[in-house]
Amino acid sequence: MADAFNFELVSPERLLVSEKVTEVVIPATLGEMTVMAHHAPAMTTIKPGVVSVKLAGGEVTKYVVFGGFADILPTGCTLLAESAVKLSDVTRETLQARIDAARKDAEATTDHGHKTKLEEYLAALTNLNGAILPA
Amino acid sequence: MPSLKDLKNRIASVKATQKITKAMKMVAAAKLRRAQEAAEAARPYAERMNKVLANVSAASEGGAEAPLLLTGTGRDQVHLLVVATGERGLAGGFNSSIIRLARDHALKLLSQGKTVKILTVGRKGNDILRRTFKENIVDYITFREVKQLSFVNADEVAGKVLHLFNKGEFDVATIFYARFQSVISQVATAQQIIPATFEKTEAATGAAVLYEYEPSEEEILEDLLPRNVAVQIFRALLENNASFYGAQMSAMDSATRNAGDMINRLTLSYNRQRQAQITKELIEIISGAEAL
Repeated sequence: MADAFNFELVSPERLLVSEKVTEVVIPATLGEMTVMAHHAPAMTTIKPGVVSVKLAGGEVTKYVVFGGFADILPTGCTLLAESAVKLSDVTRETLQARIDAARKDAEATTDHGHKTKLEEYLAALTNLNGAILPA
Repeated sequence: MPSLKDLKNRIASVKATQKITKAMKMVAAAKLRRAQEAAEAARPYAERMNKVLANVSAASEGGAEAPLLLTGTGRDQVHLLVVATGERGLAGGFNSSIIRLARDHALKLLSQGKTVKILTVGRKGNDILRRTFKENIVDYITFREVKQLSFVNADEVAGKVLHLFNKGEFDVATIFYARFQSVISQVATAQQIIPATFEKTEAATGAAVLYEYEPSEEEILEDLLPRNVAVQIFRALLENNASFYGAQMSAMDSATRNAGDMINRLTLSYNRQRQAQITKELIEIISGAEAL
């Protein structure tokens, strides 16, 4: 049995999760990563994706996050998400609305660096759409 | 001297007003509780954000090029004042105290020869500031249609602020709002949001933990700072919201009490007059009978 550590998922509006967990999979910008207890201190940005949390009890809960960053310490992990919802609460409409909004933003900007970022965000969102809501 | 009927009408109308103020107080109390809960729920995020920001900026200190949002443009010629007020009145001195603070600040800056730009959030502030600073107002955002303030709303404000900043339209941004102290006391506050200010935590000043950054510190910082602006604005808006309902509640409470006092006074003079009339009638009857 792996060691448990504290995991917190926070959105600007509220604290979603604060639990003892054994394993968390985070969709980091540079690729998915699994965080377990005694992880080296790290800080990473997050792209839109699914966070899967394995509680100390063994059950797995999943959340969809839309950007943010994670602060990882050997004793715990804090995920600051721009916006987070339970996977089961995500509907095709809400996701599509986000995709449309992101697309509009990306088309509206003229600044190149910013545009690339928005396009990356859009791509991640579209990927997510295909991954969690198969047609 | 008003007649008995006049008095009766006035008592009825004051009673009706009292009912309204009482209902408004109750509504404000319920909304205040919700607003306070929202402000409380937003606290963990803001605290963590502050901690992380302190860590990252300490780590990237002396780095090649710190982002402008952190260091500022190096000038303080053009100031942007974000004035957050309520959408409605009937909240005592809530709106006017924020506006007064913002106006004093603006006048002080103008007298120093600086340029002032104003972004108003909320209808009340816009209406009043437009009278004095018509040329200075660059934008106006209203949350009239918004029922429950969410991060998206703050993001909208932050988006406008950042857009202006990236175009080089201003050097320093300050947000004006009422900090919620208690139901009876709300303090109008000015807080600088650009360049970023944050409390240095112990972890940051002391031996900071050796973090591994992915991607680099600079990139994280670049991502973090705009988000921090949004979080600060969100926090200010939530505090403002709670303050508004607090102010409205106490204003309506004193209005209800005033109405009660007025009813008492009016009832007293009504009864006195009625008694006088009865006495007068009795005297008329008695003196009439004596004359026979």
